[in-house]
Amino acid sequence: MTKILLANTDKPDQASIGKYRERGGYKALEKALTMEQTALIEEVKASGLRGRGGAGFPTGMKWSFVPRNTNKPTYLLCNADESEPGTFKDRLLMERDPHLLIEGMAIACYALNCHLSYIYIRGEYEFVANTQQKALDEAYDAKILGPSLMGKDYPLDIFIHLGQGAYICGEETSLIESLEGNRGYPRIKPPFPATHGFLASPTVVNNVETLASLPWIVQNGGAAYAAIGTEKSKGTKLISVSGHVAKPGVYEVDLGYPLLDFINNEAGGIANGRNLKAVIPGGSSVPVMTAAECEGALLDYESLLKAGSMLGSGGMIVLDDTTSMPETLSVIADFYAHESCGQCTPCREGTGWAAKILKNIVAGKGQRSDLDLLLKIVDRMEGKTICPLADADVMPIRSFVTKFRSEFEALCAS
Amino acid sequence: MIEFSPEAKKRFQTILSHYPAKRAALLPVLILAQHEFGWISQEVAEYVGALMDYPPSDVLSVATFYTMLHKKPAGKYHIDICKNVSCWLMGVNPCIDEIKRKLEVERREVTADGKFSWDVTECLGSCGTAPAMQVGDRYYENLTPAKVAEIIDRLRQE
Repeated sequence: MTKILLANTDKPDQASIGKYRERGGYKALEKALTMEQTALIEEVKASGLRGRGGAGFPTGMKWSFVPRNTNKPTYLLCNADESEPGTFKDRLLMERDPHLLIEGMAIACYALNCHLSYIYIRGEYEFVANTQQKALDEAYDAKILGPSLMGKDYPLDIFIHLGQGAYICGEETSLIESLEGNRGYPRIKPPFPATHGFLASPTVVNNVETLASLPWIVQNGGAAYAAIGTEKSKGTKLISVSGHVAKPGVYEVDLGYPLLDFINNEAGGIANGRNLKAVIPGGSSVPVMTAAECEGALLDYESLLKAGSMLGSGGMIVLDDTTSMPETLSVIADFYAHESCGQCTPCREGTGWAAKILKNIVAGKGQRSDLDLLLKIVDRMEGKTICPLADADVMPIRSFVTKFRSEFEALCAS
Repeated sequence: MIEFSPEAKKRFQTILSHYPAKRAALLPVLILAQHEFGWISQEVAEYVGALMDYPPSDVLSVATFYTMLHKKPAGKYHIDICKNVSCWLMGVNPCIDEIKRKLEVERREVTADGKFSWDVTECLGSCGTAPAMQVGDRYYENLTPAKVAEIIDRLRQE
């Protein structure tokens, strides 16, 4: 399998600029700066790279929505607010190869004609931010960043902005509100950030993994990247796997790699000789897959969609046959109830109501009719809110209750 | 009247210089204020408001949105232990019980010596090394109740 993102993350000295450059670092930026800005955008379009934060929106297309020749500044915001339960891949990139992110950001900034950029890192990752800041300081000292980007007449500043414990701020308009010094309430779209983002200026929000893929794409060409993966899912993806596997961790796979091969080979199989019960393949917000549904499923956007779930952030949680599905769902539902920003009624009331019902069921105080009530509630939450947080609660609830109904019923009085 | 230390005042100026609009500096300034004063009290909100040209109510409306900004005093060591899916699957509940047993205070309460407070938190991004907890800017991972006890004992000595 191709190593684009984790090529050097196992080397303990990779975070230093000297070693990064020794291993070919900042060569892609050098090359990018000899290219036309629009040609760079075309290259990223040709690569087929899709947003790796969870939504999977084509990156080149997102960039092309940014108006050129406006009198407003353009901002690139790196989304490092990694908070989707099960996801811990961006943390690894920033801890182990922080210059890769800086190089990717510098390429993106140049392509977008952006001169001021922020990395929005979740506050819990303060120690990660310290590593990333050290790398930024090195890049400034080496005159890569600052008044002239690698010697070119092009100023670029990149600053770190810490979040303070709000999952919702990973949603791009919420991130922008938070960066502006407000409560992180998601905005109604349109207008989209591409035209009215940070300080009402054109803004692109890209995930860490997305940006870290850019140096390879520039060095090897969009076509080479597009040659990896499947027809609709190009390139490689980081999968952070946790739960009941023998070797949890972050792995890079070519998109289209079989899900069960990944669990059995990369992740070392189910721990303690137990059997697979279910998989949440893309962070806790995506529909759960039964062991049977995992048969033949591939780790890519279209295959997982066909199998009734989503690739999401690549935050895979594996559940063995000792796992109580109602309890698992109750933990997940508590999370979304806690993290709902409260702006939209269906989400504020729905997430809390569902969490309470599930707590009751787990405590043995539920009724069978509660299960239909749960399904009714989620129907009325879905697609009725400003941002996708409500849907992120709907998908696990609906899938757990539907696919493992008998387990829920066993806990309920008839 | 409270006031930033000279170093914090310098840091405040640096923070402002990173943003094209003053308001955007509010969250980093609140983080700085929490470092300086321990938590975001009414007095701190008034001070930050004066620095940033916003009424304290506005500052508090922002501060109350973010769980990492303390709205009441916290211990010198504030423990946040993750209760989300992967940590829960890997056995965080006995670790939470151990914290309670060792500190003898409930969630969000401070121990009599002012050294510790604790809370459960949502996913820390340590799912592959679960269960995990955070104390200040440090993560402790692959926890067991015994490990939790050892960490608390060590922090007590610090």
